[in-house]
Amino acid sequence: MFALLTDRQWLWLAAGFYLAVFLTGTLALRRGRPHSSVFNYLLMVAGYLCQLTGLYLRGRAVGGCPLGNPFEIFQFTTWSATTLYLVIGVTFRSSMLGFFTACLAAVLSLVSLSIPAWDATRRAGLFGTNPWIEFHAALALFSYGVFALLALTSLMFLLRNYSLKSKHVSGWFSFLPSILDLDHIGVRLLAAGVALLTVSLAVGARWWLPNPASVDGVKIICTIAVWVAYGLVLGLRLGRKVLAGRFALICLALFAAALLSLWAVNDSRHGEETGKIAQATR
Amino acid sequence: MSAPHFFALGATHQTAPLAVREKLSLDAEAAAALHGELATVAGLREFALLSTCNRIEFYGVAETADAAARVEAAFCARQKFSVGEFEKFRLSLRDLAAVRHLFEVAAGLDSQMLGETEIFGQVKDAYAGAQAQGSAGPVLNRVFQKTFQAAKFARTHTAITEGRVSVANVAVDLALNIFGGLAEARILLLGAGEIGEKTARAFQSRGAGALTVASRRLERAMELATQLGGSALPFEQREARLADFDVVVGSTAAPDLVVSRAAVVAALRRRPARPLFFIDLALPRDIDPAVAALENVFLYNLDDLAKIAEQNRAAREAEIEKCRALLGTRAEALWRQVEGRIGVCSQADEAPNRPANLSSDEISSA
Repeated sequence: MFALLTDRQWLWLAAGFYLAVFLTGTLALRRGRPHSSVFNYLLMVAGYLCQLTGLYLRGRAVGGCPLGNPFEIFQFTTWSATTLYLVIGVTFRSSMLGFFTACLAAVLSLVSLSIPAWDATRRAGLFGTNPWIEFHAALALFSYGVFALLALTSLMFLLRNYSLKSKHVSGWFSFLPSILDLDHIGVRLLAAGVALLTVSLAVGARWWLPNPASVDGVKIICTIAVWVAYGLVLGLRLGRKVLAGRFALICLALFAAALLSLWAVNDSRHGEETGKIAQATR
Repeated sequence: MSAPHFFALGATHQTAPLAVREKLSLDAEAAAALHGELATVAGLREFALLSTCNRIEFYGVAETADAAARVEAAFCARQKFSVGEFEKFRLSLRDLAAVRHLFEVAAGLDSQMLGETEIFGQVKDAYAGAQAQGSAGPVLNRVFQKTFQAAKFARTHTAITEGRVSVANVAVDLALNIFGGLAEARILLLGAGEIGEKTARAFQSRGAGALTVASRRLERAMELATQLGGSALPFEQREARLADFDVVVGSTAAPDLVVSRAAVVAALRRRPARPLFFIDLALPRDIDPAVAALENVFLYNLDDLAKIAEQNRAAREAEIEKCRALLGTRAEALWRQVEGRIGVCSQADEAPNRPANLSSDEISSA
């Protein structure tokens, strides 16, 4: 049944579902009404399943977790953020979180699908025969999914803060969660993201330390920089040194920096490319 | 005009001033007694009595043209109110117009505070009362059940009930936007005047936990605190204890500021992670306006709250026609079903006021 469509077609379909959630949500907000959370949740689930299928097919083609080029990295990060939303979004009881997640998922998916160059090179057997390296990479990118969700809740915090400060509380602002709820969600997401990234780096370090030359220096520096930055922000937030709007702004900026760092990490691998199966699975 | 018909009769805030409505109002005991009297009115087959602070209304099915007049006479006699005088303020509707009116009443469209939802429960109580007294029959059962459905439909499909329209409730909504819930929120009421008390009660009605009153007259603060189930605080401690509170309602008559920016900055240092919400209802103002620029501090004064309430009211008013059209369509559909039933029942059923034996669950789910 999966073979009915190619991996990219499944991923286009997923992007379509995410876009549909975003558009119906936008229309509902323009009318000043909350959109149907059940209907949109089901659309998100449909998009998620399509994306899962696409990534599964790609993973089978490249013989491992599909993290070999910017397209795959963006798709995997989107999938991680959507996974988290579907698992914990219900607990947050915020239809706006679903709206923003759909927006992010649609943008990241469509951008990555629309730039063929990002998917021109496919690396097979990227992680060799060591499943721990693959686990390390997958976990690291999953933590980026958590940070993506953190960026969304930070954006929601800034919007809510703006609405309350500027005294524009009606219209679609009224569907945003409370300041305190968003702050609590942000701290929990940050702690979860840092924990996941820490475990990922610990697993990676176990294989990197005996053989430091096996990993490019740029990748090491970028990864550690992201980890230190998020860890520092978590420490400052728990120590109540960075709070409220400033905390939200920093989380947004850090996610943008973390996304950019993925470029550097990916570019650094070009020199160490081992195998390509360009066009092989299209 | 002697054919059996459905009627609505009464006086509401739209037709009668407060002084008249006071004289026409019924307490529960009087309403029950009147119910008993109306059960004996010749030609009155079914009836229900809706009594609220803004309206006294009778809905019924009359066999004869003068049955409604007998209801009016019985009511005026009980209230010792001249029938001639009553007719000046009377609302009297028949058939489809009466059904449409009931729909609009239940949907909050005819309420003094447009779109309020309390009236829905009051209409339900009126129907339950008629059920319990055995004065609701097949026509009223049908009309009221469809009324509840129509009112719910209108509320769901229009914005007629959205947004708060009183200053106190707008303030509570803002607090919810900041804190999420109010169970953990600690509220400090500065001043023991009427507007402060109203706001405090609005907070309590939405689940606010701890309430503290500080007034320049400690005994008045203690008195109000006792009434509200809270505690009193000496007024001079208000700034030193600011960090202990999440919401501060300023409503004193003090000529100068009673909460300074410096005090708020000091409070924030002791509770940096938790927002502070100031509601300044006083004139002249109680809270230093400069605190609005501080991070994690939100300040709303009387004008800000009134503006939001007005926006909400305008938004509701913009929905009136849409709501009225929705209800009108449903009222006409219902009337087409009920019209024949009134005539048929009239010929076939000589026994008046038979209850339909609906359970309370059926009533509440209607």
